[in-house]
Amino acid sequence: MKPTDPAITWLEEKPLGLTERLYLPLFLQGLSITARHMVSRKVTVNYPEVRPTVGNPLIYRGVHRLNRDDAGRVKCVACFLCATACPAHCIDIVATESPWPDREKYPESFTIDELRCIFCGMCEEACPVDAIELTSLLDLTGKSREEMVFDKEKLLSVYDMTKDAEPMKSKTLASEGMATFDHAPGHGAAAGGHH
Amino acid sequence: MATVIVDGKEIEIGAHERLNCIEAARRAGVEIPHYCWHPGLSVVASCRMCLVETGTRDAATGKITMMPKLVPGCQTPAKDGTVIVTDTALVKDSRARVEESLLIDHPIDCSICDKAGECLLQDYHFEHGQTERRTDLQPFHSRRRDVGPTVTLFVDRCIMCTRCVRFTREVSGTSELMVINRGSKEEISVFPGFPLDNKLSGNVVDLCPVGALGDKDFLYQQRVWFLKRESNVCGGCSAGCSIVTEHNQDTVYRLKPRENPHVNKWWMCDEGRYGWHHLHSPDRLLSAGRLVSSGEDRETVEWSVVVTRLREELAAAGRLAVAISPMLTLEEAWMLCAAARSIDPQAGLFLGHVPTSGGDESFPGGFTIRAEKCPNRRGIEAIIGLFEPAVRGWDDLVRAVAASEYDAAWITAAYPHAWIDDVTAAPFGRLRSLVVQDLFESPLSKLATWRLPAAGFAERSGTWVNVAHRAQTFTAAVRPPAGVWPEGRLFWNMLGRRGLYDPNAVRRQIADSSVSLAAIGGDMPAHGVDLRVDQLAST
Repeated sequence: MKPTDPAITWLEEKPLGLTERLYLPLFLQGLSITARHMVSRKVTVNYPEVRPTVGNPLIYRGVHRLNRDDAGRVKCVACFLCATACPAHCIDIVATESPWPDREKYPESFTIDELRCIFCGMCEEACPVDAIELTSLLDLTGKSREEMVFDKEKLLSVYDMTKDAEPMKSKTLASEGMATFDHAPGHGAAAGGHH
Repeated sequence: MATVIVDGKEIEIGAHERLNCIEAARRAGVEIPHYCWHPGLSVVASCRMCLVETGTRDAATGKITMMPKLVPGCQTPAKDGTVIVTDTALVKDSRARVEESLLIDHPIDCSICDKAGECLLQDYHFEHGQTERRTDLQPFHSRRRDVGPTVTLFVDRCIMCTRCVRFTREVSGTSELMVINRGSKEEISVFPGFPLDNKLSGNVVDLCPVGALGDKDFLYQQRVWFLKRESNVCGGCSAGCSIVTEHNQDTVYRLKPRENPHVNKWWMCDEGRYGWHHLHSPDRLLSAGRLVSSGEDRETVEWSVVVTRLREELAAAGRLAVAISPMLTLEEAWMLCAAARSIDPQAGLFLGHVPTSGGDESFPGGFTIRAEKCPNRRGIEAIIGLFEPAVRGWDDLVRAVAASEYDAAWITAAYPHAWIDDVTAAPFGRLRSLVVQDLFESPLSKLATWRLPAAGFAERSGTWVNVAHRAQTFTAAVRPPAGVWPEGRLFWNMLGRRGLYDPNAVRRQIADSSVSLAAIGGDMPAHGVDLRVDQLAST
């Protein structure tokens, strides 16, 4: 969308009124929020004895997984958009020609340095084929740095491990009647131009 | 002088310049989008993207008469009084229609297309296209067709600009590519049994404005937005084509020609284009090695130690001969000569081995691949001319060494290919001290007392002088592998100069000390300078 698009409504910030300038009403409002939290239900838990409950797995940002398509192949098409979007530069992909006729290329290797990752979810957002997703697995541990660099097999195994509890997000959203783009496997929306 | 009015702005063009509307508008800072037109190829005006409104201004009355229809800017000459209008609703609407029509049968597989990021279809669609797509086509899979050993064609991504077809007919003169079928079924193809296999084939990939033609060498290697670009000069032959080295994290991914009207125009040959792989060869020499006095083993020597120890050993050895490789830059050669003469004031300076292969090969489009497979013979000869009365070559050096006229030799090489055999190398084994600086192990480096690694062409900075006496200055695109000092850095330190190696300082010093090389003294233009032209007279 260009800045000149007629669909954009540009708003001006309103000038401060008397209440804002008096400061006291806002001060009281802030205090009331503090007071409300003092008496409300506690959300902290005694981890790891008590495990926290993940509210909505659809928007939780835990360990990554690489989804499989219906034929059990990695869904990723090695477009590098996740690596491009990643602000921590933790994704490393080596693309190669795919052995399948319906796909142009696929990742020969796909590694995520989970120690470098900041779990922002940009990779998931950038992916045009819903191949990379963040699961609700929240305790990520390992004995060495090398172990925390997840390769393609490990990321696929996270999918195998979590697919029953957490189906692919595109499918969940579709079944809930929410609007999704209908992607055929192996094809993404235009990276430039279409909105 | 002729006056052309572009979007209400008057610009002057030369009376005898033959510009079309696209070129004239570019002078006025207005970019007219185009696919099929390329300055190096004939005009077909088939893509219709450059349609603009034109008219003429009457010289006597100043009255402007516009043409009722849009005309292709590529095919319309700009002459005195030509009025070009590119920002009317009619022009904008026409561009949007062209974009819409092109995208009807385009796969829109940008996410897996190697061209994404440098694709004119993407750029123009973003700038001139519509935000909504009226067809209900889903992205689909492009058919792939193998058209030659270096190039692959993604049939459905093609927009039929026919630049590639015209290139093979007009520039390479090989005419492998053609258009098959008619109308909306048009496709690019080759005759069965006649693949796109010529020495300039890689250029069709650069010409392709969309992702239809893919370079097999680069396919899927890297997304183009990760690449960093450094203007460079090809070291493949003495033509010295201007190139852009595209790299990421000190790894070269591809070379592209850089427009230079005096050297290579818009093209480069496949030999140069794919001639960078040796830079990342695992066989490269990666450390400075000194023969251990007993036996054949080499100890690795720190570079700071090399700087002093090399000087001491060569000074102790006696009469010194130096071979200055035509792969070195002017700056490196000059410093090497100076360093050698500071060690032995009578040191013999010889032009290093000049690799050649076959004869010069010219193409109908005016492009020539040179037989001399080194970039800087002219430059090295000019530098040696500053120190010696006559330029002696590699054969003279071999003869002199065989006749025991020298006690020590310092051979710079840096050749990407094998260049010397055992028989030629044998006499060098009798020398008291032999220094060899090369990219790879060779029969000569096996005999060397000092085996030093060399830098590859994209790893050096400096100036090369091509076959037509054009000097081009460039900076290194990538760093050499760990443990390798570029030659310039070693020579700089051996001369006892302070700080980091600065090729520009050396270049100015050469220009100050020499009449024949005075032209390289100032800031070097991107297209280089012709050493035969008196620069002072022309500026």
